[in-house]
Amino acid sequence: MQSAISLSLSPSSSITRSDCSVAANAYLCTPRSLRFCGLRRKVFESKSFHSLKVSTRLVPCSRESNFNKVCAALQSNGTPSKGGFDYDLVIIGAGVGGHGAALHAVEKGLKTAIIEGDVIGGTCVNRGCVPSKALLAVSGRMRELQNEHHMKSFGLQVAAAGYDRQGVADHANNLASKIRSNLTNSMKALGVDILTGTGTILGPQKLKFGKGGSGDTFVTAKDIIIATGSVPLVPKGIEVDGKSVITSDHALKLEFVPEWIAIVGSGYIGLEFSDVYTALGSEVTFIEALDQLMPGFDPEIGKLAQRVLINPRKIDYHTGVFASKITPAKDGKPVIIELIDAKTKEPKGTVEVDAALIATGRAPFTQGLGLENINVQTQRGFVPVDERMRVIDANGMLVPHLYCIGDANGKLMLAHAASAQGISVVEQVSGNDHVLNHLSIPAACFTHPEISMVGLTEPQAREKAEKEGFEMSITKTSFKANTKALAENEGEGLAKLIYRPDTGEILGVHIFGMHAADLIHEASNAIAMGTRIQDLKFAVHAHPTLSEVLDELFKSAKVKVNSSSPIAQPVAV
Amino acid sequence: MASLLQSRTPGLSFSSSLSSTPVRRPSAFFLKPRSGSRIPVVRAKIREIFMPALSSTMTEGKIVSWIKSEGDVLSKGESVVVVESDKADMDVETFYDGILAAIVINEGETAPVGAAIGILAETEDEIAEAKAKATSQSSLAPAPSTPKVEEPSPAPKLDAPSPAVAAAPAPTAAPSTPGKVVATPFAKKLAKQHKVDIDKLVGTGPFGRITPEDVEKAAGITPASKSNVAAPAAPAASVAPAAVPPKAPSSFPEIPGSTVVPFTTMQTAVSKNMVESLSVPTFRVGYPIATDALDALYEKVKPKGVTMTALLAKSAAMALAQHPVVNATCKDGKSFTYNSSINIAVAVAINGGLITPVLQDADKLDLYLLSQKWKELVEKARAKQLQPNEYNSGTFTLSNLGMFGVDRFDAILPPGQGAIMAVGASKPTVLADKDGFFSVKNKMLVNVTADHRIIYGADLAAFLQTFSKIIENPKSLTM
Repeated sequence: MQSAISLSLSPSSSITRSDCSVAANAYLCTPRSLRFCGLRRKVFESKSFHSLKVSTRLVPCSRESNFNKVCAALQSNGTPSKGGFDYDLVIIGAGVGGHGAALHAVEKGLKTAIIEGDVIGGTCVNRGCVPSKALLAVSGRMRELQNEHHMKSFGLQVAAAGYDRQGVADHANNLASKIRSNLTNSMKALGVDILTGTGTILGPQKLKFGKGGSGDTFVTAKDIIIATGSVPLVPKGIEVDGKSVITSDHALKLEFVPEWIAIVGSGYIGLEFSDVYTALGSEVTFIEALDQLMPGFDPEIGKLAQRVLINPRKIDYHTGVFASKITPAKDGKPVIIELIDAKTKEPKGTVEVDAALIATGRAPFTQGLGLENINVQTQRGFVPVDERMRVIDANGMLVPHLYCIGDANGKLMLAHAASAQGISVVEQVSGNDHVLNHLSIPAACFTHPEISMVGLTEPQAREKAEKEGFEMSITKTSFKANTKALAENEGEGLAKLIYRPDTGEILGVHIFGMHAADLIHEASNAIAMGTRIQDLKFAVHAHPTLSEVLDELFKSAKVKVNSSSPIAQPVAV
Repeated sequence: MASLLQSRTPGLSFSSSLSSTPVRRPSAFFLKPRSGSRIPVVRAKIREIFMPALSSTMTEGKIVSWIKSEGDVLSKGESVVVVESDKADMDVETFYDGILAAIVINEGETAPVGAAIGILAETEDEIAEAKAKATSQSSLAPAPSTPKVEEPSPAPKLDAPSPAVAAAPAPTAAPSTPGKVVATPFAKKLAKQHKVDIDKLVGTGPFGRITPEDVEKAAGITPASKSNVAAPAAPAASVAPAAVPPKAPSSFPEIPGSTVVPFTTMQTAVSKNMVESLSVPTFRVGYPIATDALDALYEKVKPKGVTMTALLAKSAAMALAQHPVVNATCKDGKSFTYNSSINIAVAVAINGGLITPVLQDADKLDLYLLSQKWKELVEKARAKQLQPNEYNSGTFTLSNLGMFGVDRFDAILPPGQGAIMAVGASKPTVLADKDGFFSVKNKMLVNVTADHRIIYGADLAAFLQTFSKIIENPKSLTM
């Protein structure tokens, strides 16, 4: 964030300054914040070089800070290029994906509009990652304060820790609205047109928005991006009443803390909520359809995570069962969950609890999009796309000028993946071919301690190695050997590297331990940039930091090729 | 991944048809070490699960957690228990199919490598027998563990009518029939921990469910005990095979501001040995010895690198050579074990711990070699590189606090040895000889603690007399 700070030091008008700092704040929530801040600084620098006098809103248009373009941008957010369209780009859905695409589009000089029928920020900001981080921040502290042993080992004495539910809920809510306004301001600051209402595609390059009915407005756009996201998936037979049987949407409001809650699904969402609820004193019962908890995680990491996050806590679980029917609490009866065997469908008894949280996954939100107008058939609700996010119609043909990013295409249902896909699409429509490497997108689960991963899991890598006939190796390091982790009394943790010893290519990295979510990026960047382990070994890490866990991990890998010198390319001196 | 070393206790054989147990287990037959035939006669086996040696330096391991519970069906290659070695936590797999009949060493407890930590039964029918075995395993002491969970098998039985589907259901088997027991997750955990039969409890929670408080009440724990979370319990002085049950965290009055520092491994070992020593009937005999001659000798040989420790060890060794009973051990309370060599262990305080490097064959080595050897041992002890045989092979222990000015003290006899000698400071003392002449001589007090099952007062007196003669006339030491 240093770059953001230096922003306000540049000799610009006061209006500009305040605008920018608002915008810079907004970037805090996006993974690309630094890059954008850096970019803006560049604009400012060039401005001061040219002694441009700008008193209105300043908008960065291109990497070169072309003088003309800057001026053009000052009037509005670009002018539509030839072809008689209202906009160069219209994005349906102002979640994190749409927001990322819009910012990048403005940067590319495209005239951009974004349609939102609900609140800016989408699921992530309003009902997902953001408020849940607020709750998890609380749960992390509660956990620490309640752990007498942990505190004593620091020599600290803490009287019984308690919490005020409303205070916790307010924190989550305040955070969401703060991030939401940051996001809105950042788009307004750049001059993105925010169109309110439901967006419907009428045909190629044509769509309407509004509340439905006659009041709708028609617009044309050279390119359209669908970024409508997803909603919590509620399987059949489950009656959500929003009080005792809830989804993550309700849970994040934290309207009550049940004594005993069943969480259906033990993926990221379920796991994070179990962390929150147990820290606040609830007991938790997991109901998982697969044979093991935490499917999707690397099995070894999952196992360790279970030992730390499940077994010692007030949690039990039923695996290999479906919740076939869930009846909310009423008439003096508890919530009743009927279980059936996931394979044989035979009844497996019932569970009676105070509340049930449905965390079985998310379903794409694509209704009312008008996909039928362009002959696109969703698959289980998802919009089919190719590797460049181009929408595929019912005949398997590409629909020109139509893209779909984020949860709606189901490729990788993560906020930052949506944003990355959006940027990739904007690159394409501005004439640069770009294919996003999904294997370089990290994922994180913000339990205490955190879990993070990028690339392939061990079984996936093994399968790939077998199929493609290469050798695969694994190396691991423990947080127990890390000075910083030990200083924090958080030695529990493991980092695992899956790689090709013949080339030094990273296939996957999995981390379980303190701040794992922040540590993964060294690996994900390396995958994205194609950096080899033999080169990473020369990178220096500050001591003592948690990042040394990865340093050690890379150093412990046995790569058979000689390291290429870090200064292979000619360097201007 | 390590695998358990398991012993076979070839049990009684019984015949049963496979269909009686819904669990698929045929593979067990193929794995059985030496059942040549595959006749449909099941040979019953009860196996002990041993604490594995996970590294070359590992002498004991701590059970981090049992992945399986008593009554769980295990198949070959499945992880059963997580063991913490000196290096890492490792999942330990089973070599055999079977049922985990009993857990001998509970979570958080420590066991030496090779000790039985659990019992594996091959069939359900053997569980009871296996349990009995487990009880005898931990027989030495109270063993409060076993008379609980009479039948951990009802869960499998419930499933019996259904075909052999089940990839063993969730460990905490759900109360599956109506009119069943509803207990919260933590209540179930507590019940397991405190061996409370949850089926017999009456729930007082909402909708009649069993709450953690109900279980605590049934287990006789004052609910106000502790909040939840923390349960890491500093390893309860490790495992004297069946040490104190975790239940008795005796209620010392809490003094505000006190800090709790868990034992290091070495301190744990010391603590364990000290507690064990209580089972040996000991007695003490003291003896004053004039040391002028010894002091003179010491002054002479000091420049050659000879230390007082070496002089004392050599003297003790020479005296022991004449009194083999003092160098003997009582292993079983029924016999003398005469040791073939005289190995003098010398107590050394080392940053917060205590270790006893051993001067082996101290009677045979000359003073100079002994001093040399001692120097090496101390170096190694400081670097924590002592090999086990360099600190646990002693037959007699020497403890010297003389250099601190202590004039006499009383040593605790370490388990496995017959006697220990406590040496006080040598001080100028006024003596009257038989003719009534006074003189001032240096004198030190030695005090020997011995195991009275094998060493009697007269033995010790005779030994001390010999010892004092050697000290008072130390020429023989240099020969």
